[in-house]
Amino acid sequence: MANSEHTRRTFFGLTGGAAAMVIVRPADATPAMLSAAIRNVVGEANVRTGKVKLEIPPLVENGNTVPMTVSVTSPMTADEYVKSIHVFNEKNPQPNIGNFYLGPRAGRAQVSTRIRLADSQKVTAIARLSDDTFWSATADVVVTLAACTEEAI
Amino acid sequence: MRVAACIALLTAMAGAALAAEIPLDQRRSGYSFMSADTKAMQDEDTDNPGMLSVLDGETLWKRKAGTADKACADCHNDAHVSMKGVAAHYPAFEKAFGKPVDLEARINLCRTNHQQASPFAYESRELLALTAYVAQQSRGVPIAPGDDPELAPFVEKGHALFMQRQGQLNLACANCHDDNWDKKLAGSAITQGQPTGYPLYRLEWQALGSLQRRLRACITGIRAQAYDYGSPELVELELYLMSRARGMPVETPAVRP
Amino acid sequence: MPSALINVPKKAKRGDIIEIKTLMSHIMETGYRHTASGDVVPRDIITSFTCRFNGTEVFRADLYPAIAANPFITFFTTVTESGKFEFEWIGDKGFSETASASITVE
Repeated sequence: MANSEHTRRTFFGLTGGAAAMVIVRPADATPAMLSAAIRNVVGEANVRTGKVKLEIPPLVENGNTVPMTVSVTSPMTADEYVKSIHVFNEKNPQPNIGNFYLGPRAGRAQVSTRIRLADSQKVTAIARLSDDTFWSATADVVVTLAACTEEAI
Repeated sequence: MRVAACIALLTAMAGAALAAEIPLDQRRSGYSFMSADTKAMQDEDTDNPGMLSVLDGETLWKRKAGTADKACADCHNDAHVSMKGVAAHYPAFEKAFGKPVDLEARINLCRTNHQQASPFAYESRELLALTAYVAQQSRGVPIAPGDDPELAPFVEKGHALFMQRQGQLNLACANCHDDNWDKKLAGSAITQGQPTGYPLYRLEWQALGSLQRRLRACITGIRAQAYDYGSPELVELELYLMSRARGMPVETPAVRP
Repeated sequence: MPSALINVPKKAKRGDIIEIKTLMSHIMETGYRHTASGDVVPRDIITSFTCRFNGTEVFRADLYPAIAANPFITFFTTVTESGKFEFEWIGDKGFSETASASITVE
């Protein structure tokens, strides 16, 4: 998963690399793929900044398991609620992370999960409200490398 | 830049004289070096992916196996009672072999001798699950291995291995984990290498793993040839590390980055 | 031998908003890794998670390879009556697991 293997490979190379590292470096999700993935969800609608809060550590110890919470400001009534939350990333092999479908009975528009980030990058959360407006928040995450790693598989 | 810093630090370590063992009152679990987010993963059982293996272990504990058609529970009954504190005393001396065995090896001995079943492979899902289930019954119990006087020479062997420089980087365990545990290597904290929570869920692995797996990874990290799973060297290192962590509470299943 | 950990309060008052936590054992193999011999490790992930209360869907998620191994998902729901939450995980290679948890509304 980790595209950041590249830096590790350099390190191993310089130090004589006793370990057989298995390097996988698939193409990163491109900005075009990211915008296509977002268009796939929002269509031609305008996405505004606000209402959405994206909680993710700015500096993570391991990109394999990054805790993330998205919450949306909404009264969550039958007339005014959050329909869905969509989370995207900039530099993983795929731009999508997850789609979460809720409704008025959720009571509170908040979901948490753990995600993988192949490299330091931006994460974007977009919420679709009951009036079909879209709101977003973006966060920058720095992924540090573990000093000592072993074979990937 | 990071690569250069990394090599500089490792070189500095390689050149430094060995300091003494960590004073008892300064010992710290790897937990204390973690970020709040990673700590939270260990704090709540329902947030801790290591608990999934504990659940698997509970199922295996009750499942009949081997030609004896016996489950662990048929002899040991309720693990909450019979296994409380057991893991805190491992590795333990095995008279039949004249040497110490770790908890994984003890479980496999039980399988071959009493269940008459084939042993589980090292790092197999089953062996990790049963080990985690047994060790979790000791959560909070102070680590106390090595009371058996017959273990003393093996603790010494483990200590010698811990102090032995090896690999292309010419580093001993002690260079990092006794002498530089308050520093960082690349972005990661260098811990004291206290084995308080094994088997544990490592975010790097995205899975549960044993202390032997962690030791092998560390040895690979200093560019040395890792000892085989089950080798006397790894068990002696485990034994020394557990005696070094004497009195610290068991955390299994811990979470680490 | 997949295991799930579900955290649902056993009791609640009518109208309470409760948090539900779920953890499902799964490797979440991305499909972007290779073995030492160069073969692609085929994708093997959970693609869908659904929570129903007394038969009605209350939460659903689409999962991608960027969800970490052993998917952990938490969400909220309003308690209206006593009943049963049912959880379903569906994925590649025919993966299909369910779990349930009951709640008593006072």
